[in-house]
Amino acid sequence: MRLSTVLAGKNFSFRSVKEVLAKANEEKSGDILAGIAATSDLERVAAKQVLSHLLVRDLRENPVVPYEDDEVTRINQDSIDPAVYNSIANWTIAELREYILSYDCTEDDLHRLSRGLTSEVIAGVCKLMSNLDLIYAANKVRVTATCNTTIGRRGCLSTRLQPNHPTDNVEGITASLFEGLSYGSGDALLGLNPVNDTSASLGEVLRRFDEVKNRFEIPTQICVLGHITTQIEAVEKGAPTDMIFQSIAGSQKGNSAFGFSAETVRQAQQLLKERGTAKGPNVMYFETGQGSELSSDAHYGADQVTMESRCYGFAREFNPFMVNTVVGFIGPEYLYDSRQVIRAGLEDHFMAKLHGVPMGCDCCYTNHMMADQNDIDNLSMLLASCGVNYILGVPTSDDVMLNYQTNAYHDAAAIREILGLRPIREFEAWLEKMGIMENGHLTARAGDPTIFVK
Amino acid sequence: MNQELISAIVEEVVKQLMASGQLDISPSKECTCEDITSPECKASPLLDKPQDPEALERMIKRTTARIGVGRAGPRLKTQTLLALRADHAQARDAVMKDVDPKVLEDAGLFTVQTLCQDKDAFITRPDLGRQLSPEAVRTLKEKCIPNPDVQIYISDGLSSTAVEANANKILPVITEALQSKGLTVGTPFYLRFGRVGAQEHIAETLGAKVVCVLLGERPGLATAESMSAYITYNAYVGMPESKRTVVSNIHKNGTAAVEAGAYVAEVIAKILEQKASGVDLVK
Repeated sequence: MRLSTVLAGKNFSFRSVKEVLAKANEEKSGDILAGIAATSDLERVAAKQVLSHLLVRDLRENPVVPYEDDEVTRINQDSIDPAVYNSIANWTIAELREYILSYDCTEDDLHRLSRGLTSEVIAGVCKLMSNLDLIYAANKVRVTATCNTTIGRRGCLSTRLQPNHPTDNVEGITASLFEGLSYGSGDALLGLNPVNDTSASLGEVLRRFDEVKNRFEIPTQICVLGHITTQIEAVEKGAPTDMIFQSIAGSQKGNSAFGFSAETVRQAQQLLKERGTAKGPNVMYFETGQGSELSSDAHYGADQVTMESRCYGFAREFNPFMVNTVVGFIGPEYLYDSRQVIRAGLEDHFMAKLHGVPMGCDCCYTNHMMADQNDIDNLSMLLASCGVNYILGVPTSDDVMLNYQTNAYHDAAAIREILGLRPIREFEAWLEKMGIMENGHLTARAGDPTIFVK
Repeated sequence: MNQELISAIVEEVVKQLMASGQLDISPSKECTCEDITSPECKASPLLDKPQDPEALERMIKRTTARIGVGRAGPRLKTQTLLALRADHAQARDAVMKDVDPKVLEDAGLFTVQTLCQDKDAFITRPDLGRQLSPEAVRTLKEKCIPNPDVQIYISDGLSSTAVEANANKILPVITEALQSKGLTVGTPFYLRFGRVGAQEHIAETLGAKVVCVLLGERPGLATAESMSAYITYNAYVGMPESKRTVVSNIHKNGTAAVEAGAYVAEVIAKILEQKASGVDLVK
């Protein structure tokens, strides 16, 4: 294993695989904040050059958090298919990149390959990809999952309808929900971020979602994104839910800062098998985002792309229905501007798909970040063009509870038309029945929330 | 075909198209408000011909989310788009601009700075925004009375607009209320490029029993004027976050500055009485 190189007449050497991975990253303010970023553009390329000659084996055998110390590393390493791994262990990361991009490598090949790749290997190859590489490679793969309906088929673009409210007022939530449905939003999920993380409050919203879903016979999924333990409690008390949600991190320490472990997720899965309202089998929902490990001091000196990749290694263990990065939520100290956010969105989507995880993206930004809604238009178009499973939808892009901006309800309708994409089949049939959509276009009736009022 | 017949056919076709919603020749709904960012303007639906207009009015009253906005094809109407841009512009200005020196002068505040050299460092280096520059430490020791019961100061945080909107209203209310209880209130000042965690350094530098920062919060699209008071008893560098008591949402559409000031003074008095803040404070 060689950790040094000569580039443009200068010598560069690195102390560890972890340092190579960190310095090979595209520039991110979070890596600079952590003090692990390349100190010059040339050093960044030197790290990429060294990385390109490392073997798949080198990255697998040098996880950024030790196996003995960390459940996420253990899950990741133990899930690897030995036969697939052995067939590629001696490839360089450059060879792996070129194989993924080659015409020889089909979708089926990528699904098979996925089982032999640890999160560090996937992060490594990601760092050698340009934005268009990431889009091209990700577009080869579709990852489907089934809860009540099936998400992720080629030709589909779904949305999570997010009808958040500053005080969890159920009538206010319902008003936003009806507005969203009238734009054809919500085939991935009707999902609320609650203000009040109590089982009673979660239960109240879930009962309303369940009632709306049943009354209008909407083929979709419901979930209220409280803490995993609060959702478990709500379901135990009889609340109806199709899925249970949790934010996840790329290390056990990070997950423990979020207040859960793999065991908690297993408990949630078991509970949903017995008492969930979905037919499944995919009943978990996870959210991620570059930088969360650094913010909880759980990054072990590793860069934020590698830690993000490890989230997907953790997620795939639990066969989720949906995973999304909340890519621009964390703030400019981790992703400085729209350039970094767009890069991160493409990286996260690619890495998740290469793990075999059904991936969506909350294309978003906060008001203290150097970005605006035009950047979200760009990112969502880029991701839709490479087959992202879903994006978000809120009224006009303004989330009045989380105080950030993401995609508007309107956006998916426009993107679907431009790229010839459709909602999930059963949901589209429902939209047609309701007179909201016709031949993939919104009808004159669309956009009127009062069509759902009795 | 005669002219009359053609007119009759056209009329009938137009009528049918309008009835089916495929044609709309009514003038586009436009708000008559002067200012598209005003609450009245946001409360009036732009959606053309809702099936149930009364239901729509009711729904809009139930949430601050922008619903009933209608569309141009699958895109936002122009007024919706521009109102969003205007709100975002206000938020950006709140983050990026410095507090108007006139406001600080009127409040009689002198300025000290954290280790951040500029706004960009402030945005990307929260660690530096929590530490005082050596010069700031010197100035504070020189100009402020030592060991007060309560040290109050103002800081920009992520919204200079919040400081401009609230500082001159809230500061005198808190100060007078505390003084009337016989407490010593330290010399107030303004901390530029400050994060919440700078208050530990301030408390240690000045030997204050209670430290209270009035700080601008990260703006949303709803308001850029929101301020919070973070109050801590016996603050020290390295203390857990849970030791802070927070009074948030201080702005004209939340808790107005004067009213909030009276409440903050009460909270501070209680903190001094119990010698505890944050999770340790019994409410």
